[in-house]
Amino acid sequence: MAPMIAVTDLWKVFGPRADRIVGTPLAELSRADLRARTGCLVAVREVSFDVEPGEVFVVMGLSGSGKSTLVRCLTRLIEPTSGEISIGGESVRAMNAKRLRDLRRRQVAMVFQHFGLLPHRQVLDNVAYGLEIQGVGRAERHRQAAEVLALVGLDGHEQQYPDQLSGGMQQRVGLARALAADPEVLLFDEPFSALDPLIRRDMQAEVRRLHAEVGKTLVFITHDLAEALTLGDRIAVLRDGELVQVGTPEELVGAPADSYVADFVRDVPRSDVLTLRWIMREAGPEELCEDEPLSHRTVIRDAVHRVLRAERPIAVVDGTRRLGVIDRDRLLPALVSHHRQVPA
Amino acid sequence: MTATVPPPALQGGRVLPPATDAAGAPRRRGAGGRRTAAAVLIVLTAAAYLLFRTDGAADGNGAAARFFDGVRDWVDANRDTSPFFLYGVNYVRLGVRLLVDVVQAALYGLGFAGLVTAVSAIGLVLAGWRTGLLALLGFLSFGVLGLWDESVDTLVLTLSAVLLSVLIGVPLGVLAARVRWVGATLRPVLDVMQIMPTFAYLAPMTLLFLIGEPAAVIATMIYAVPATIRITALGISEVPATAVEAATALGSTRWQLLTKVRLPMARTTLVLAVNQTIMLALSMVVITALIDAPGLGQNIVNALQRVNVGAAFDAGVAIVILAVVLDRITTNAARQAGAHRTRRQRQWRWAGAGAALVAVVATSFIAIDPGNLPQWSAAGPVNEVVGWIELHWYDVTEGLKNGISAGVLDPLETLLVTTPWWLFVLAVAAFGTLVSGWRAALIAALAAAGIAGLGLWQHSMQTLATVLVAIALTLVVGVAVGVFCARHDRLATAIRPVLDAAQTMPSFVYLLPAVALFGASRFTAIVAAVIFAVPPVVRLVERGVRDVPATVVEAAVSAGSTPRQLLWKVQLPMARGGLLLAANQGIVMVLAMVVVGGLVGAGALGYDVVAGFSQRELFGQGLAAGLAIVLLGILLDRLTQGFHNSKGPRR
Amino acid sequence: MRTFRTTVAAALIVSLTACGGATSGAGEDEPSAGAKGTVNLAVNPWVGYEANAAVIAYLLEKKMGYTVDKKELKEEIAWQGFETGEVDVIVENWGHPDLKKTYIEDKKVAVEVGPTGNEGIIGWYVPEWMTQQYPDITDYKSLNKYANLFKTSESKGKGQFLAGDPSFVTNDEALVTNLKLNYTVVYSGSEAAIIKAAQQATAQKKPLLFYFYEPQWLFAKEKYVRVKLPAYTEGCDKDLKKVACDYPDYKLDKIASKKFADTGGAAYQFVKNFTWTNDDQNLVSDYLTNQGMSADQAAEKWVNEHEATWKPWIPA
Repeated sequence: MAPMIAVTDLWKVFGPRADRIVGTPLAELSRADLRARTGCLVAVREVSFDVEPGEVFVVMGLSGSGKSTLVRCLTRLIEPTSGEISIGGESVRAMNAKRLRDLRRRQVAMVFQHFGLLPHRQVLDNVAYGLEIQGVGRAERHRQAAEVLALVGLDGHEQQYPDQLSGGMQQRVGLARALAADPEVLLFDEPFSALDPLIRRDMQAEVRRLHAEVGKTLVFITHDLAEALTLGDRIAVLRDGELVQVGTPEELVGAPADSYVADFVRDVPRSDVLTLRWIMREAGPEELCEDEPLSHRTVIRDAVHRVLRAERPIAVVDGTRRLGVIDRDRLLPALVSHHRQVPA
Repeated sequence: MTATVPPPALQGGRVLPPATDAAGAPRRRGAGGRRTAAAVLIVLTAAAYLLFRTDGAADGNGAAARFFDGVRDWVDANRDTSPFFLYGVNYVRLGVRLLVDVVQAALYGLGFAGLVTAVSAIGLVLAGWRTGLLALLGFLSFGVLGLWDESVDTLVLTLSAVLLSVLIGVPLGVLAARVRWVGATLRPVLDVMQIMPTFAYLAPMTLLFLIGEPAAVIATMIYAVPATIRITALGISEVPATAVEAATALGSTRWQLLTKVRLPMARTTLVLAVNQTIMLALSMVVITALIDAPGLGQNIVNALQRVNVGAAFDAGVAIVILAVVLDRITTNAARQAGAHRTRRQRQWRWAGAGAALVAVVATSFIAIDPGNLPQWSAAGPVNEVVGWIELHWYDVTEGLKNGISAGVLDPLETLLVTTPWWLFVLAVAAFGTLVSGWRAALIAALAAAGIAGLGLWQHSMQTLATVLVAIALTLVVGVAVGVFCARHDRLATAIRPVLDAAQTMPSFVYLLPAVALFGASRFTAIVAAVIFAVPPVVRLVERGVRDVPATVVEAAVSAGSTPRQLLWKVQLPMARGGLLLAANQGIVMVLAMVVVGGLVGAGALGYDVVAGFSQRELFGQGLAAGLAIVLLGILLDRLTQGFHNSKGPRR
Repeated sequence: MRTFRTTVAAALIVSLTACGGATSGAGEDEPSAGAKGTVNLAVNPWVGYEANAAVIAYLLEKKMGYTVDKKELKEEIAWQGFETGEVDVIVENWGHPDLKKTYIEDKKVAVEVGPTGNEGIIGWYVPEWMTQQYPDITDYKSLNKYANLFKTSESKGKGQFLAGDPSFVTNDEALVTNLKLNYTVVYSGSEAAIIKAAQQATAQKKPLLFYFYEPQWLFAKEKYVRVKLPAYTEGCDKDLKKVACDYPDYKLDKIASKKFADTGGAAYQFVKNFTWTNDDQNLVSDYLTNQGMSADQAAEKWVNEHEATWKPWIPA
């Protein structure tokens, strides 16, 4: 299947004559050196990745790593300096203003960190804004907006104004607004980082639920590793504008590409993320196993019960193929240690 | 009355850079060197003065004046033949005339009862019942004062000018905020427009648009529109980027962004822009009485000519009432513009508006002659008081006048007048560099050279001397009162409405008490200028002192400072930014007033301007004097602007 | 009238946009064409003028049924009003050959409407008591001797010569220079300010040398003596920079806009017929200034008492 979003060699350089840097020796300089030499700041450096349809793709990085710039480049809210972006197979950089607007109106919607709601409009009209600027009639857009509001659990608040709602509810409005035009892709720019931890968890659950219900392609920006691990099918780690690693949560935790990523994931309880695959061993010759095997996708934590109770090692299978076995001795170190433990 | 105070950034329609922005911590090391440089400069200037001083011969009819006379003659000869007039200026005049006529027909068409109802209803619907009541009483009072027609005429001109200002200013403001080169081009132009004393526009106005309402409306528009543009631009650029980005991400076009996001979100500020425009327009409309604009200004000009303080007092009261009513309606409307309403509230509002409309239409058929209202006038009592003061305080007023004139004004004037112009230009450049940086100094020095080039050196220096004395007095009084207000809450509360009323009063009105007390002299202009400029200075100083962080004050008090030490060692030094900003604001206002003082014997440039538009052979000189005033304004503004741009309070 | 003008202006804008340019007078009030219309009466800033205006306005309104729109204007600006249509008539004009040349001969927007009957004198005056104390003070040649007496805060160490409104006809600065007088001209700004100073000069015996003129009601109350300057000869004031002679005597006259003259009908005829004496004017001025009467009250009183004078002005 063709990827929903394909990004190839994307660069974004801010500053005077930024367009004259990519492709020259200057581009090889580090961020700090380039800034000192030319006054230009590289926000995104030679980034490439694909996002599959229906996937939740998380871009994670510390502040200043270029992740917000990257997501804005996707719909050219920030004009990329060079590189290719295609959405749904169509080149975004080749679009004229009208086609681009159309892309933003119908195909790709975005949810923002600071909500970006219009304080002078009621909740219903905020949600209907996207439809309104497409020229949808008043009754029709209100009907659709009300539906979406119900979807995010905000029915009954249609006539209120954004500043009468709590932060979490405001972001639900933001979410509803993004969903209103039924786009294929949703971009989230740190949508929950301005919210309290409890509300944040609710909202993450909400996104998971919605993803399950509506099945959109999601690109999700966050600086919060836990959030990335919870939501992401795949996670891209960004540092100083460069892509350090792209992989599933367990790949990140289990096999960090470098010390930067390793540092990042050091405090993650490994047993919560890693699956049995990462700690199983080869079955010994003639070794007897429990009758019931475990799937290699089982997260370690979920296997604890059975492994500890079992008399014998348990087979780890992918379907019917046996991959290895797991026993108490392999399990316990993974439970106690957060330290690096790369499987052989 | 507190609502008449514009927010800090909008004082007097000038959008000011925050005084505290540029922290000057690194500057400290240069302080010693600067002091030496200043001392050296002073010695050098003094030496050069003693060596080169001139005898201060009177101004001749300079080349500039002759040039402007030539321009006037050309315009006179070509007014009805040149395409510039036939297809340009005269159309503008005709268009504005049409606008005035429409507004006038509308207001007069309503009649007394209709207009009173209309204004009250607008107040009621837009700003709540208190404002509606205020509007009702206010407009009734015009009838009671016997100034109904005059007040309506003033209102007609004000509204016409405001309408024009909004039509021109809001789009320009939006452009200035959105298009960088427009903003960059407009900024210096607006700076000059705002420094320009009102008086200086009148002669060019009559040249292009002749006399009468169109010229008055255009002059007023020129005076008020910078505030419209600036505040609009401020409002548009203050719209949160997140909302704009979100709307863009949803695929809004630029036009949709403007109409659905930027303008609606800036509407509170936009209403404030209208409010400031109205206030400025009102004060200018009164002055345009000098070029045959009808209304309350005529009463004041008249009173000025007859030195009849009482008659001017009535008109002044009417102006203040008009200002207060318009101000309340617009500020409260601005407040309500930000408020959210439920559907029911909105339905009530529409119903209210509908009912009001019906009431207005109904009442407009009721013919009430405002002349039949009970009449009241303060003219008699006021004149008695003035007469009593003239009689009993004669020695005091005369002594004060003569003392200041002979002791301070004359020596300063002699000093300035006998300074050769090139020395003055050099001194401006040198001291300007020291105080405000070379860029500002260069502009100031060019302005000084320009003044010399206009051939009105003597008069300009005389005006400058008067301005300097007035600003010194203004600062002494303003700082003292401001500090006092900052330290005594009850006094501040008592004085605030007075300050508000004083700021709504057109500059013109202040000439009268001054003239009554001090006769025709430069000192009269100084007194009027001090009264005019003190309120904003008090306000800025008070704010500066109050803005000193409480923790710092607390720390100083706990270290055992006496109140006096607290003031001199902590509060005043930390309020420096506010004080210097006050000086800058004050200077511009003082200059405007001193020039108007030409009407009451302050002579010099102000006289040249007045004579210029009242005597044919002096026209060119008047126009040159107007230009000299503008240059003087730029000079003073640039020299003092360095204060608040480069030397904020140290953090 | 207003709606009429609006329509005219609108029509003009539409039609002119189509076919050509707008002249400076376009869209202004049409003069009152014979019917009972509005007369735009300029009012210049001295009380004698106001007296004329008060009586003329009163008679036009009360006896002839016109509406009068009084406009407080300085002289030069009032003349400009002929061009724009803002002003129909000026009822006390002091000379102004330059303005007459511009507006009557060159532009042909105004016409002379004959004398008001008042004789105008402009001169330099001192209060009478000074002539008793310093008998030779009425000769300009001895003014320098007394310059010290006239010193004030404004006169920069010289004697002060107090002038009036900057818009008045004056040669004072040139006279001071050309007659080598050790004086500074100080502008009081208005007629009222001069009068106040003059009254103080008499009451408190303060020396004062000032610009003044007749007819003026003040002469009926107090005595002031004119200082003799070199006698006026025809043309001696031609070059304003070099004037070294006294002011001429003026036959005060009335000026009207060409349009008003052509279409003003009875109102124009009435203004043309208006003529009275200095005493008449001083009387009304006195009512206005010292009896605290409004213009209408003063005019009413005078009109009631002088029917024989004004009856013939009204055209049959």
